[in-house]
Amino acid sequence: MSLVTPDFGLLVWMTLIFGIVLFILARFGFPVITRSVEARAERIRTTLDDLKKAEERMKVLAREQEELIARAKEERDAIISDANLTRRQIVSQAREEALAESERIVTKARQDIEHEKETALRELRGKVADLSMQIAGKVLRKSLDGDGEQLRYVNRLIDELSEQDK
Amino acid sequence: MMERLKFIFVALALFLPSVLKAEELDMDEYLYGHVSDAYEWHLTTFKGHHVSIPLPVILYSRSSGWHCFLSSRLTHGEQWKGFSIVPAEGGGKGRIMETLPDGSRLRPLDLSVTKNVAGLLFNSLLLVLLVLFTANWYRRHDARTEVPSGFAGLMEMVVMMVEDDIAKDCIGKDYRRYSPYLLTAFFFILINNLMGLVPFFPGGANITGNIAVTLVLALFTFFTVNIFGNRHYWKEIFWPDVPAWLKLPLPLMPAIEVIGMFTKPFSLMVRLFANILAGHFMILGVVAVIFLTAELGAAMNAGLGVVAIVLGVFMDILELLVAFIQAYVFTMLSAVFIGLSRQTPD
Repeated sequence: MSLVTPDFGLLVWMTLIFGIVLFILARFGFPVITRSVEARAERIRTTLDDLKKAEERMKVLAREQEELIARAKEERDAIISDANLTRRQIVSQAREEALAESERIVTKARQDIEHEKETALRELRGKVADLSMQIAGKVLRKSLDGDGEQLRYVNRLIDELSEQDK
Repeated sequence: MMERLKFIFVALALFLPSVLKAEELDMDEYLYGHVSDAYEWHLTTFKGHHVSIPLPVILYSRSSGWHCFLSSRLTHGEQWKGFSIVPAEGGGKGRIMETLPDGSRLRPLDLSVTKNVAGLLFNSLLLVLLVLFTANWYRRHDARTEVPSGFAGLMEMVVMMVEDDIAKDCIGKDYRRYSPYLLTAFFFILINNLMGLVPFFPGGANITGNIAVTLVLALFTFFTVNIFGNRHYWKEIFWPDVPAWLKLPLPLMPAIEVIGMFTKPFSLMVRLFANILAGHFMILGVVAVIFLTAELGAAMNAGLGVVAIVLGVFMDILELLVAFIQAYVFTMLSAVFIGLSRQTPD
């Protein structure tokens, strides 16, 4: 059989065989494979996209979390400083109140003491006057017994006093 | 190691001449017998006897109608119902001729299952099974979450190479319609190329090195290109963008373009045919050195035999590469021609 002249029988067989192979493979073979691989490629693509989105979302979340923590810290600091202030206020207020109270007590005590002193003085003065009157009476009675001169002096005194009373 | 090699060489040198009785090697018969089509599948020659698988001969004669019988009836020039294989010197080029009662010879319609047809059938069956096996993997698995391993994985890699690198890149947006054809052509050529390199049955048939086979493949591409060609494609052929005097009154450019329509598939046909045929010839030639040098003496024969084996291994590996490259080139050029027929002016 010649090399460069196509043989008719082989042409017919080849057309038939290749046609059947083409039909079978194009129908049941290759499209199944290529479609599946394309579906996989598509899935990989979407998965990568999702991953990218998830990463971005994670970044946002992390930032939000950081902000949240920072805010919480600020709030805590504020609360602590507030508490410090309040404590200091309470302490100083208490101290002031205590001071005022003690002052009041001291003042009252002083007044009481003053009062008592006055009463005591008054009593003492009365007593002294009484005693001095008695003593003076006794002295006078003695003097008047002995000397008319003194009697005169007393009379004079009485006169002066009565003049003053007038 | 070297000792053992030396021993083997000496043994070869001693035994080869007694084993190989330096027969006269008919180079033409040897070369063309191996690359041509035949009515029987010659397996080997054992002790002077040809061991062959007889293949069905199917004939239609205008005088006696349909005939179907095994080719073993026609061996050694025997006649059967007036049919015989007429050698080249008898004007029959090794084909079956019918001898009419008046002594004249006539070529009947010959649809015999020849060696190449049998090879085609076997290789096609193998290809269909392999591809359907791979497709079956995808039917049984969810390919979106699983990746095939083993043979299916290899097939996926090659399929996607053709799909992405050839179909998608050369055709463009509507490549999906053509990729099954391109894939089939690629794998069909590849498996027939590779089976042609297998030196024993059921390989060894020179299928893609046969012009009828490559002609049909080229015709498929030709029809795919011209049936589905768009308006722009036909406009480029009959009214291309060239100065008007090239088109009127003498349609110079249209004539060239019309010729181009046919030279493209013609080049596909010849390229594949010539490459594979040449590969077979080269391997056969290298192997022939062993037999041709048998009469030059034991040492010469052994030395050149070793050279021939080394060269043969090299040629076989080269042909493996060529088997792939030619399948790739045929498919890629088909895709390029299809792509040209689907172009739209931008």
